[in-house]
Amino acid sequence: MPDTATAHEASAAAARRRSPTALPRSFVWTRRIVLTLLAVFTATPLYVMVSSSLKPLEEVSGAFRWIPSELTLEPYRDIWRTVPLGRYFLNSLIVSASATACSVVVAVFAAYAVSRYRFRGRQVFTVTVLSTQMFPGILFLLPLFLLFVNVGNATGLALYGSRGALILTYMTFTLPLSVWMLAGYFASIPRDLDEAALVDGCGPLGALFRVLVPAAVPGIIAVTVYSFMTAWGEVLFASVMTNDATRTLSIGLQGYATQTEVYWNQVMAASLVVSVPVVAGFLLLQRYLVAGLTAGAVK
Amino acid sequence: MTRAVTADSAPRTPAPPAGDTARRPTRAAADRIPAPAPEHPPAGPGRPAPPRAKRPAAGSPLRDRVRSAGLPYLLLLPALALELLIHLVPMATGIVMAFKDLTQEYISDWSAAPWAGPDNFRVAVDFDAPVGEALLRSFAVTCGFTVLAVGLSWLLGVTAAILMQDAFRGRGLLRALFLTPYALPVYAAVITWSFLLQHDNGLLNHVLHDQLGLTDSKPFWLVGDNSFVALLLVAVWRTWPFAFLLLTAALQNVSADLYEASALDGAGMWRQIRHITLPALRPVNQVLVLVLFLWTFNDFNVPFVLFGKSAPQSADLVSLHIYQSSFVTWDFGAGAAMSVLLLLFLLLVTAGYLLLTNRGRGAADA
Amino acid sequence: MRRFRTAAAAALVTALTAAASGCGGGSATNSGGSNDKPGELTYWATNQGSSIEADKKVLAPELKKFEKRTGIKVKLEVVPWSNLLDRILAAASSGQGPDVLNIGNTWSSSLQKSKALLPFDDARLAEVGGADRFSKAALAATGAEGKPPAAVPLYSLTYALYWNKKMFRQAGIDGPPVTWDELVADGKKLTRDGHHGLAVEGGNPVENAHHAFVFGKQHGADFFDRSGRPTFDEPGNVKAVKQYVDFLAADGIAAKGNAEYAQNQSVKDFATGKAGMLLWQAARTSLLAHGMKPDEWGIAPVPFQSRQDATASGGKTEVDSMVAGINIGVFQHTDNLDGAMKFVSFMTSTKEQRILTDAYGSVSPVLEAQQAKPRDKDEAVLRSVLSSSAAPLPQVPDESKFETLVGTAVKRLFADAAAGRAVTEKTVREALTKAQQQMGK
Repeated sequence: MPDTATAHEASAAAARRRSPTALPRSFVWTRRIVLTLLAVFTATPLYVMVSSSLKPLEEVSGAFRWIPSELTLEPYRDIWRTVPLGRYFLNSLIVSASATACSVVVAVFAAYAVSRYRFRGRQVFTVTVLSTQMFPGILFLLPLFLLFVNVGNATGLALYGSRGALILTYMTFTLPLSVWMLAGYFASIPRDLDEAALVDGCGPLGALFRVLVPAAVPGIIAVTVYSFMTAWGEVLFASVMTNDATRTLSIGLQGYATQTEVYWNQVMAASLVVSVPVVAGFLLLQRYLVAGLTAGAVK
Repeated sequence: MTRAVTADSAPRTPAPPAGDTARRPTRAAADRIPAPAPEHPPAGPGRPAPPRAKRPAAGSPLRDRVRSAGLPYLLLLPALALELLIHLVPMATGIVMAFKDLTQEYISDWSAAPWAGPDNFRVAVDFDAPVGEALLRSFAVTCGFTVLAVGLSWLLGVTAAILMQDAFRGRGLLRALFLTPYALPVYAAVITWSFLLQHDNGLLNHVLHDQLGLTDSKPFWLVGDNSFVALLLVAVWRTWPFAFLLLTAALQNVSADLYEASALDGAGMWRQIRHITLPALRPVNQVLVLVLFLWTFNDFNVPFVLFGKSAPQSADLVSLHIYQSSFVTWDFGAGAAMSVLLLLFLLLVTAGYLLLTNRGRGAADA
Repeated sequence: MRRFRTAAAAALVTALTAAASGCGGGSATNSGGSNDKPGELTYWATNQGSSIEADKKVLAPELKKFEKRTGIKVKLEVVPWSNLLDRILAAASSGQGPDVLNIGNTWSSSLQKSKALLPFDDARLAEVGGADRFSKAALAATGAEGKPPAAVPLYSLTYALYWNKKMFRQAGIDGPPVTWDELVADGKKLTRDGHHGLAVEGGNPVENAHHAFVFGKQHGADFFDRSGRPTFDEPGNVKAVKQYVDFLAADGIAAKGNAEYAQNQSVKDFATGKAGMLLWQAARTSLLAHGMKPDEWGIAPVPFQSRQDATASGGKTEVDSMVAGINIGVFQHTDNLDGAMKFVSFMTSTKEQRILTDAYGSVSPVLEAQQAKPRDKDEAVLRSVLSSSAAPLPQVPDESKFETLVGTAVKRLFADAAAGRAVTEKTVREALTKAQQQMGK
């Protein structure tokens, strides 16, 4: 069992595990039935999302119909006008990408320390960091907000309402799990590798970046995907910490429910538009994610 | 057979830090624990010398040792600073708030808020009075919801992972489909569900009532008692893919030899699942269940998007309840006290859970 | 050694906490506003029109006008209702916020107590033309009695009864009901073939609380006594809430599905002829947006308990609406105090009032602006209700708590009724008692 199994090796192993003919009929039938049910459960809301986004407004606000009586692309045109979706999109992209990039770099350093060194306070660090996952987010909201304002007042930086504050917040939110997953991944990489690099005269940082990081690409991708998705979808903090100029998508989408009308077709169209990049990215990188989790956090 | 699997995988497991700490809670010096890959030799030549290690690395001058002793802290510094600033300080502030009488009167200058002592806590845990009673009910709802949501997500995840272990036509596509709900942004996913769950025009009632005729009248999903079911449905839909993903990952690490050997022994498909597959998932399950538990228990986004600021009683999750108790009614002291109680509860459960599961695992290792 | 470090870490956290909290909040130093930035203003407007974007279009030319006149650039943000209170709260607690902002007038007392807004004492009121410029009813909803208003009235609204002329004709009803009994009787006539007599927004706590208040008043009850203590479960209030919920429960003139309405679906139901009547504040722009023609609906005052109440005049007047509306206030920590006051004067000037209230279909709280001929039948009714039979919601600091708790209790009663459970005086009283006790402390 290779420690750093890539997705390809792993699925190849799975493929040769048993020949299909050996499967009992009862198993095959169970599989068909159960997977069909699960597929229906999973796909129905997705189907509704897609089909409703192609319906005219009268139809989505009336009784539900499986098959649209009329297909229209108008919602996809209107979404950009009802709310400034383009700006929100850009904000989300900036915030999520920056938060993810910073979070991953910080997590790589921390994970390196945790997985390769023994030092005083190592356990205190990991326990404290992980226990923050238990704290209910609502209680953070006000103190964190106050903190940003005060730091802003003290330093003259306009933190409140800025994308910077949101970036700082999100990168910290995903940090604990990122450190944890990466530390697990690093630990699964044989030490001989980076020790050899140290012998060759690389400093510890050289060993980290020339040896450990390249070997941990699946783990790093896994952490990246996780961080990005978390930032992209966050609702609570974004609702208080952004203003009109810095508003992100998850808050901006609420704009389709106006005082007079919930534009359901536009809600669905906009939801699809904002989901496609993350879902596509997620599915493309899903192989790495599996491998990253396998070798990392899972064990 | 079972033994072989666990014994094979467990010791090689580089424990995630959380498990690590709880597993050996009684050992005095944490820093003396061999670093998390026990099968490797402790200290090779040229290896960064662990600070305060008993055996200094041969030939490394004092200066280097000092430098490398400081190195791990330097590496941790950014993470530490961020955690301190964004998590720990607000957390501590929150705890301070819990002891203050922080109502709207003091909101614009809350250092002036009078100390409330344990009053906020007393009100929160006075289960005979309505505030405490409401909190207790909300807590009970959350516990029931969490157990069911985590249980169902795990069950669906493990079922799908096992069923999709062997290649078949369309597997990749199906896996992509299953994972999609997890990748969708929360708001997009939940708002779609709220569209489906509408009383008059929703898909669910259309199917249940109009098409199948299962109910006499259209049930309500977003208000009233059924909203618990609705919430559960949405939560499971969103979370089970994560369980599926993690368990699929874990299953790929089960050695094929084990299956071949057991097949030679004449073990059938179902027996293999019971005796090889499921035991192999144990270490993953420990982490998975804990993570799902914490996420589900603290979930705010799903009920908030689904029900708005005032959730139906049967779906009044504790995080939303606290939001209402602080942000909507402007009593931040009370909200903070409730949050602190919640934190204590989660700490206890997590510690107990890790102790219990690790003891179980320890016994299996022995 | 270990312990020492732990202690040191704890001390650090404590110190930072103090930094976050102690000197936190609106650092008392610049309390009362300053004039550090005279060249610009930040204005948080509420969402009055059909959408945020529509509001920006309405306000932009007016703000330009103000800039031309004063040289002050106004940065506008239209804050959605869903997060307005959170944003104000965050601003109040941090001291960082807009210079001028709109608030729902029911929050006046809460915000007054929070000291987030600059009180309009006599001197400041004089700057905007004095208290006499404003209608009494609107001024009554600007904070606790006897204290300087937290903000001045900007737009006024009242509830009214909207009725579908065609549906009434078809059902053989002559005109709008004047009493609730008539409304229920008419409603029953209208309720057939999937149509209903009345549309209610049962899933919206705020709407529910407003109606509970008015019905309570009509039953001689109040939700707070004179000393500000909650009296939610007094008999009049129980009757009030039951009467309202019964539209969906015992009377069955509202569709069961209304129990989950919280996104103004009831307006749409009325506009599309699914319901024959609607109780709403200034629905005109929404009805037009839904494609209804002005001559298709009628508007009348909200019904009373008896015909006698409806015609009562002189001395004691009966209540059939709350004073709804928007107030405009100056943020305590403004850094352009003079500019902010100028802007409030501008927005409440008679000329701007006409433009803005016409755009939004509301009533101007400025008496002078009210003297013009009403622009339509809607405004005529709203004006007369505002001047004769509208009362402000309780001006107590815990008002937002009241709206949340009572409104949510009513929402749950609606859900019970819709699910077929009986709603009796007993269950209503229990719900209200529980809400009252949660007012706490």
